[in-house]
Amino acid sequence: MFTLIGKYVLRVFNDIGGCTAMLRSCLFWLGRSKFEWHQTADQCVIIGVESLGVTALTSLFTGMVLALQAGNTIGNIFGDPIFVGTIVTFSLIRELGPVLTSVVVSGRAGAAVTAQIGTMAVTEQIDALYTLGTNPIRYLVIPRMCAFMFTLPILTLFSNLFGIIGGYLVAVYALGVPGEVYLTDITSYMGVKDFMHGFIKTFAFALMIGTVCCYKGISTHGGAEGVGKSTTGAVVTTIVLILVLDYFLTAILTAFGI
Amino acid sequence: MIEIKHLKKSFGEKHVLKDVNLTLGKGQTTCILGGSGSGKSTLIKCLIGLLQATSGQILVDGRDITKITSEMKLAALRRRFGYLFQEGALFDSMTVGENVTFGLKYLTDVPEKDYPKIIKEKLALVGLKEDVAQLNPSELSGGMKKRVSLARVLAVGPEVILYDEPTTGLDPIMSDIISDLIIDLKNKLGVTSVVITHDMHSAFKIADKIAFLYEGNILLQGTPEEFRKTDNPYVKQFVSGSSKGPIQMKLMKE
Repeated sequence: MFTLIGKYVLRVFNDIGGCTAMLRSCLFWLGRSKFEWHQTADQCVIIGVESLGVTALTSLFTGMVLALQAGNTIGNIFGDPIFVGTIVTFSLIRELGPVLTSVVVSGRAGAAVTAQIGTMAVTEQIDALYTLGTNPIRYLVIPRMCAFMFTLPILTLFSNLFGIIGGYLVAVYALGVPGEVYLTDITSYMGVKDFMHGFIKTFAFALMIGTVCCYKGISTHGGAEGVGKSTTGAVVTTIVLILVLDYFLTAILTAFGI
Repeated sequence: MIEIKHLKKSFGEKHVLKDVNLTLGKGQTTCILGGSGSGKSTLIKCLIGLLQATSGQILVDGRDITKITSEMKLAALRRRFGYLFQEGALFDSMTVGENVTFGLKYLTDVPEKDYPKIIKEKLALVGLKEDVAQLNPSELSGGMKKRVSLARVLAVGPEVILYDEPTTGLDPIMSDIISDLIIDLKNKLGVTSVVITHDMHSAFKIADKIAFLYEGNILLQGTPEEFRKTDNPYVKQFVSGSSKGPIQMKLMKE
């Protein structure tokens, strides 16, 4: 029992050390090599553009269900479904937009990144990069990290927008809230600080997803089974870390008045 | 010339290379023989700096490359070496043509307008037509993959080519074609070749020198003729491919 716990703790520290070393290596190569614009643009399309549909759909229904729950609950207490717009937008912009978008991107694009790099590792393509004068951190990791950092905040903006539209549809057409009231509820009670609170989080989530998924890919060994394990491990780790990070980021940002 | 002196490589408690001493002559083809798991791949990965030796020396023209830890200096060293991977290790997200010219972008100053000419030339050198350049690696047979991988190595003009089991997984005719190719490249380009294999037919055909690696040590090194005539029971058993002998007895004990 203690041996198992010990082994698990050692593995966790080993992974933290590996991720830190990889980030250090990213910083080293960023300043010393030509930036891979072509690779980065390709990854922005795979990670960002191709995730837009599923992100929009998830957010649309999240906004709809938020509006339905808020409207029914407030209607039962106060008789009228008031402040639906405020509740939907507040929940989306500060918490659900960044968290749900990150979970969707992690499950869709993060898993693909780990599987692709992992397959390259077990088929010696990573070693081939070294022998052809290219460092895999420079060629594979930095473009993917940059793509996550660039596209996740933009996807979150779209996610917020679609969530608010979903909330509007339910509020106006199912709960009978006038459209103008829904929109006034948003603009009256929401500020730039609320927007920044959620927006800042997306950069931290993007950095974490990029680091974990690329590290899990690069450290893959053991053939097809190894690729499967790394991919599952990357998705589980990133989803758990998104929720854990979210709590601490909320506490820190709130302490700074954001 | 490459000299390997008292090379050791361990992975934790597992000592894969115990005390390897070997000289690889310039312009010569040296075959390193050994069973599965004998440390052949580990040895050539140490040669190109993909693995860091635990101790010992690898002298390339008198310079000890095991002491190089800087990534930049290692990249400069790798310019002189080419590595043919066992399964080809072609980048499956690129076409054959892009694979062949990949190293040119990072290791040379060759302008991109010359790439089509180089693709045609290198594919011809390994016996493939220019049309293959448009295909994806998944559309190639095992033998074609190895030849494209060899074209990718040749494109950057290495002085030393390391072949990791070049005939494994191929039919006898394709194995012989690859063996002929290795001989051709040595004669035409004068490259130093290090071939790790357990294909005795290919080894006797292409080698100027053979070394037998067993349990992390070089048991015997010499010419193909010396290998045919040796009295060493381990080498004799390996060369004859017999299941009976000291190697089998050792395996039984383990």
